[in-house]
Amino acid sequence: MAEFALPKNSRIEAGKSHARPEGASRTKTFRIYRYEPEDGKNPHIDTYTIDLDDCGPMVLDALIKIKAETDSTLTFRRSCREGICGSCSMNIDGHNTLACTKAIEDVAGDDVTVYPLPHMSVIKDLVVDFTQFWAQYESIEPWLKTYSTDPAKERLQSVDDREELDGLYECILCACCSTACPSYWWNSDRYLGPAVLLQAYRWIADSRDEATGERLDELEDPFKLYRCHTIMNCTNTCPKGLNPAKAIGEIKKLVVERRL
Amino acid sequence: MQAAIGKVRSRGSARSGAGTWKAQRFTAIANLLLVLWFVVNAIAMAGATYAEWVAWFHSPMTAALMILLVLSTCYHARIGLQEVVEDYVHHEIGKVAILVGITLVAALLATAGVVSVLMIALGG
Repeated sequence: MAEFALPKNSRIEAGKSHARPEGASRTKTFRIYRYEPEDGKNPHIDTYTIDLDDCGPMVLDALIKIKAETDSTLTFRRSCREGICGSCSMNIDGHNTLACTKAIEDVAGDDVTVYPLPHMSVIKDLVVDFTQFWAQYESIEPWLKTYSTDPAKERLQSVDDREELDGLYECILCACCSTACPSYWWNSDRYLGPAVLLQAYRWIADSRDEATGERLDELEDPFKLYRCHTIMNCTNTCPKGLNPAKAIGEIKKLVVERRL
Repeated sequence: MQAAIGKVRSRGSARSGAGTWKAQRFTAIANLLLVLWFVVNAIAMAGATYAEWVAWFHSPMTAALMILLVLSTCYHARIGLQEVVEDYVHHEIGKVAILVGITLVAALLATAGVVSVLMIALGG
């Protein structure tokens, strides 16, 4: 059955509260989930107060500042700091998003809560295990598959056909959507989740791909595809403003249409 | 020790689910129309006597639509409950047992409903 309470060793406890910066007039307090797998203790929430006049505008700026100046043990993934690599996906102020594109001032109230992506195994602090997520991505064979003879130069695509990929190719696989989806929480071992299904549709919608039938065959499954109940948390939380729920709807439509 | 991609690929795609998905939507639309028909008629017959209700059921169209309402509702409920069980029940044997139970109860209710309508429609 679904679990309605966290297992004992996952229950979050109060952690350390770091000193407020002296002389700061504008501050924000970051309440950050901490977990160290090697110390045998439960996860806890550490508190850090930041001087906003001495920090960049984004949540990632604050995390980097905390790591550099206050607590070097704070662990998180980050790379591009401009919303294109998908590394710093985490749960900020109750929403899955990218720390690098989430402005601190957009968080109402005095506190900013920062947790890892929900319902994922935590490796350390804000770093979660993406092994299954990447395997699911690999399973939809995210590359161009063709049967026609290779052209001498390149496979052409009309402007209209190229536009079919808008809203799909922008996905950076940060997993904000999949880890916001209750269906993915309960059945991530079998349900592919919104991010991977959007990527699957990206290849189905590509006019140059010639394996649409096989792709639909692979997706037509009560668990891989049909665990989606159009809850739309995915679309609500996507930091790139994409619509995975619509892409999944398009796949369902194509699977039914080919029977008519 | 199985590789992640091996676990994900597992036994592959069931190549089914579209039929259930379509039936759920089809019965939802049917329910909407049939319930609307039933409610409108029930309101129109407010205050009618038992004999007048029985007479209404004697109409072939009334009996046919009532049977469709019973079948569509039971089928739709069975699919909906199946979805809930598939979402939340992760014990394999328990899941199969509950799904069989749901199917039997739905079949029983559907049959009892159809028989009831026929008894009234064909009764003297």
